[in-house]
Formats: sequence, C-alpha cells, structure tokens
Amino acid sequence: MARIDLNHIRHAYGPNPKSDKDYALREVHHSWEDGGAYALLGPSGCGKTTLLNIISGLIHPSHGQLLFNGQDVTNLSTQERNIAQVFQFPVIYDTMTVYDNLAFPLRNRGVAESEIDAKVRETLEMIDLASWANKKARGLTADQKQKISLGRGLVRSDVNAILFDEPLTVIDPHMKWVLRSQLKQLHQRFGYTMVYVTHDQTEALTFAQKVVVMYDGEIVQIGTPEELFERPKHTFVGYFIGSPGMNVMPVKLAGGTAQIGAHQIQLPTPVTPADAKKIELGIRPEYVRIGRSGMPVKIAKVEDIGRHKIVRTRLENQDIAVIVGEGEDIPADPHITFDPKGINIYADSWRVGGN
Amino acid sequence: MEKTWNNKAWFMVLPVLLLVAFSAVIPLMTVVNYSVQDTFGNNQFFWAGTEWFTEMLTSERFHAALGRNLFFSFIILIIEIPLGIIIALNMPRKGWGVPVCLVLMALPLLIPWNVVGTIWQVFGRVDIGLLGHTLERLGINYNYVQNPMHAWFTVIIMDVWHWTSLVVLLCYAGLVSIPDAFYQAAKIDGASRWAVFRYIQLPKMNRVLLIAVLLRFMDSFMIYTEPFVVTGGGPGNSTTFLSIDLVKMAVGQFDLGPAAAMSIIYFLIILLMSWVFYTVMTNYDAER
Repeated sequence: MARIDLNHIRHAYGPNPKSDKDYALREVHHSWEDGGAYALLGPSGCGKTTLLNIISGLIHPSHGQLLFNGQDVTNLSTQERNIAQVFQFPVIYDTMTVYDNLAFPLRNRGVAESEIDAKVRETLEMIDLASWANKKARGLTADQKQKISLGRGLVRSDVNAILFDEPLTVIDPHMKWVLRSQLKQLHQRFGYTMVYVTHDQTEALTFAQKVVVMYDGEIVQIGTPEELFERPKHTFVGYFIGSPGMNVMPVKLAGGTAQIGAHQIQLPTPVTPADAKKIELGIRPEYVRIGRSGMPVKIAKVEDIGRHKIVRTRLENQDIAVIVGEGEDIPADPHITFDPKGINIYADSWRVGGN
Repeated sequence: MEKTWNNKAWFMVLPVLLLVAFSAVIPLMTVVNYSVQDTFGNNQFFWAGTEWFTEMLTSERFHAALGRNLFFSFIILIIEIPLGIIIALNMPRKGWGVPVCLVLMALPLLIPWNVVGTIWQVFGRVDIGLLGHTLERLGINYNYVQNPMHAWFTVIIMDVWHWTSLVVLLCYAGLVSIPDAFYQAAKIDGASRWAVFRYIQLPKMNRVLLIAVLLRFMDSFMIYTEPFVVTGGGPGNSTTFLSIDLVKMAVGQFDLGPAAAMSIIYFLIILLMSWVFYTVMTNYDAER
C-alpha cells in the first residue's frame, strides 16, 4: 500500500495545449494518505477518469509528477507501478476458471505454484467465491465477475493501490449495496489504498472516508462526507451533493448582514470579501424552515418523496427548495427563515464565510 | 377480433417452395435420376441401381481426386488461417491506415475467379510472367505446366493470395469488438503478448474463426475455376480436384451415370462436413 502524491499534475489530450480550456485536467496537486479510501466524484467529463488513468499509468500526464510513497513513478509502465484496477465493465478471462483468473496475475509474475495456491484460496474467501473456484468464469453473474476483477488485484500482496472506475455501473441495484459494503469491509480489514471513481453521490459518500469532488478539470474540494454536506467549498459541491442540492442565491453584503431583494439576513459571522464580482449565499434545503414568520414565499410545488416533503418555493425571483418533515404542516400563508448553522457565503463561487 | 384458424398461411410459403424446387430440388432429382440409370444415347435409359455408386466408391480415380482435394483444403487452411490472424493482429485500429488496409484486403475478393486464374497463369509464365521470369533468373527451373510440384505451389499460392483476405477481415471484425479495458486489465495483470493473444484475443475471435474455417473449407473443397484456368488439372492429373474431375467425366467423357453418382457423393461429403461444423458451432454457443 502506498501514499499517493499528485504533484502539479496537468493533462491535455490534444498536442499543443495553450489555454486552460485545452486541459482535460487543469491542475491537481494533492497528497492521498496510505490506506485511505478516496472517492472521485463529479459529472461526466470532469476529468475524474483521466486522473484515475494517470494514477494507473494508462495515461502519461502532460505535466507534473506522480509519487508512490515518495518515489517518482511518472515514467513507469502500468505493470511496474503495481496497481490493481477494476473497470466499468467486468473484465474476466472467459476461457479460464475462476481460480485460474485469480492465479493469472501471479503466474505472469512467475510466483511459485504453492504460493499461488495459498494466495488464491485466501482471496477467494475474501471475495466470497470459494465455492465457485473450479467453475468457468464466463457463466457468472455481473457482480461475481466484478468481484473476480477485484480479486485479481487483491491476490497480489504488493499492490500500491486499488483503483475502481465506476465499477457498479452494470450491477443490479440490490447487489450494488451488497458489493459496496463488502468493499468497505475489505478496506477496513486490510487497509488498502483505494480510489473509487463515480458520478453517483450515494456511492461516493457511503464508500469513502474522503470524497474528492471534481468539476471542470479541477478538484474543488476534498473532504469527509459531512464536510461536503455542511461546508461546501464551491457552489458546485453544494449543487452536486445533496438531494435536492443547495439553494444558492445572489446577495449583497453589508456589515454583518446579507441582503436578498428587500430582505435582510443576519450572518453568523461578518464577512468582507476583497473584490468579488459575484457574492452568493448558499443554504441547504435541510436548513430552511417554513413557518408563519420570516420572509414571505409562494409555493410552486410540493413533492412528497416518502420520508419527507420537498417544497419548491419562490422568494421574489429566487427558487428555494425546502425540506419539510412528513408530519409538519405547510401554513396557508408561508414564510421561510434560514437556520444560521447552514449559511455559507460564496465569492465568485468559492466559499469565503459562513458558519 | 375473432381469430381465424386455418392452414391458408401455407400458401404464403408457396413462392419460396416453387423457387427452391426449380433452383435446387428439380436439378438435384435429375442428377439422382441419372445416377441410377444407364444410357446408350437416343434418350433410352436402363435401370442400373447402385452400380455407379459402387463403381465410384471403389474407383481409384475418385479416391485420388478426393485425396488431392482434402490435401489441398488442409494445406490452404493451415496457411490461410494463421496468416489471416497474424495480418489481422497487425492491422491498425485507428487512423487513416484503417480504410487503406481494408480496401487493400478487400481487393482480391472482388476479382472474378477466372480473372484470378488468368492473372496467375500469366504471372507464372517463364517467358512473360513476373513470377516465372524472376524465378528462372534466380536459377530455379520453375515450370508449372510440366512440374507437378510447381503446379501445386502455384495453385496454393494463388488461393492464399485470393482468400487470406477473407480470414483477415473476419478476424479483424472479431478483434475490433474487444473493449480497451481488456487490454488495460491485461497490462495491469502483467500479461505477456502471447498471454494477451491466448486468453483475450483468441477467445474473442473463436466464433469468427470457426466461420472462416467453414467458409474456406467449403470453397476450397469445391474449387474449380482458378486451377482449371491455370493448370487445367495437370500436369497429368496432379491438380485434378473433385470438381475438375467431375466436369471432365460429365462433359468431357459424357459418362452421365458415374458423373451423377459422383456428384451425389460429393454433395453428401459437403453436407456431412457442414453438419459437423454446424454442430461444433452450436455446441460452442450453448456452452457459453
């Protein structure tokens, strides 16, 4: 297992990148701890798969260095980096048995057959496929095939990291949950460094200790699921995480208050951003209260999703989503207030203050 | 609406039945008719029973032609299949090279068979052919008209030139259907070039290869035009394959009975081979 250092990595697919727009990955400079479980989360085309392929060595970055445990591996081939990767679609060797599939990476490295047998049997136990050892791999279900792909990584004792590229895409919904918790268990028991790419926030938040949110070729925030939820560093994180996403509205700051149209909101701590073009206030629907006092709103729609209701309101020209408990009433003359705990202030989309 | 139950739908297949009857069944039955009768002209026929079949099955001439044909099919299969795979593996996957290669590969397939024969007939001539002349200049006494070995060599090279493309195109289609992730996973697993071929590419090409083998076997087993144009079956009988022999017997000697018996045996052999291939292929699919 290894610590992964991403040292000013930039990547462009075209030959002569000039402006920032030409880069699929603008600049990534971070350290990922040994034994950490990281999820790379972001919409399609944000560069998360590019970053993963740079780590695995399938892509050579245009600029920057990649270090495993302090060693520069930027110019090493995929084999030499000793990583394991699970792809979006299960990759198995059709003609081999489950056992031979797992033995394959070890046999390629010339490991002694007795040692292979011990490792393979141990791995089969870990991924819960021991009773399938002698079956042909092609007859298996998608989730079992994905476990074989994972097993081919686990079987090697020296892997630096295990990378997952949206591994649950082709798995049935009820098996997704099972596989995810098995992954998490494996991580807790054996402490692998894991990097998991997904565009599904539930997957990212349940799997990872640290979620890396990417947007437009950049990492916008790395944090625990709680940090991402409570204090999104960028308005994109606010939108992207949570259902519905954060309410973001333009405001004017004056001392310790923020002004939305005709309404004044007391900020928990005063903020004075230098010279931003755009000041916004962000608040999650969970922190907006609906009642008989506060700012008057119109109700556009109420969506009852079972555990709670999502109330779509309009405050002057601003759409604001509110989450209301299942039993709570919505008054005929609704007003909303913002819980100060949930207020975040953004200057040019980046967080500058709040609770 | 009330459903109508009757057998009128059978009339719908009538046109097809008629077509098949005229194109296949009736000609075939004519052949069957000849094969069990003898004639001395004047359109008078005498019942011969299984006599022609016995004669054919014990005829050395038939055995020799069958042997030559099986040997020919065997030789071209062991050359064309591996060669086709090797070429397909080395063809580019993207860029301008793809259409160029595909067109080059498709060219031999587009040339009419008798033209292929003529090309090689001229190509191999010692006086004006590039191949024949070059070989002679190199000191090799090449003469496909008189030397059986040279005649075989020419016919085989011609078939390889003409038909390897088909194997290449089929294999290439199989290869491009393999997702990149397989190659990436193999890299990560540290697989050698050979292991990638053996465990990823070959299994994925399995089906198209079976089809390629089937097509090449059938075609080579029925080969007529090209060797007929180049060698005419000679020198002697050395390149007389089944179909050439059949035509000699039926049209040359006008032995209708034996020729009919021979074509039925020939037909049954091809049918048997097709059935074997079909069974192998469907079994393979069922296993998947």
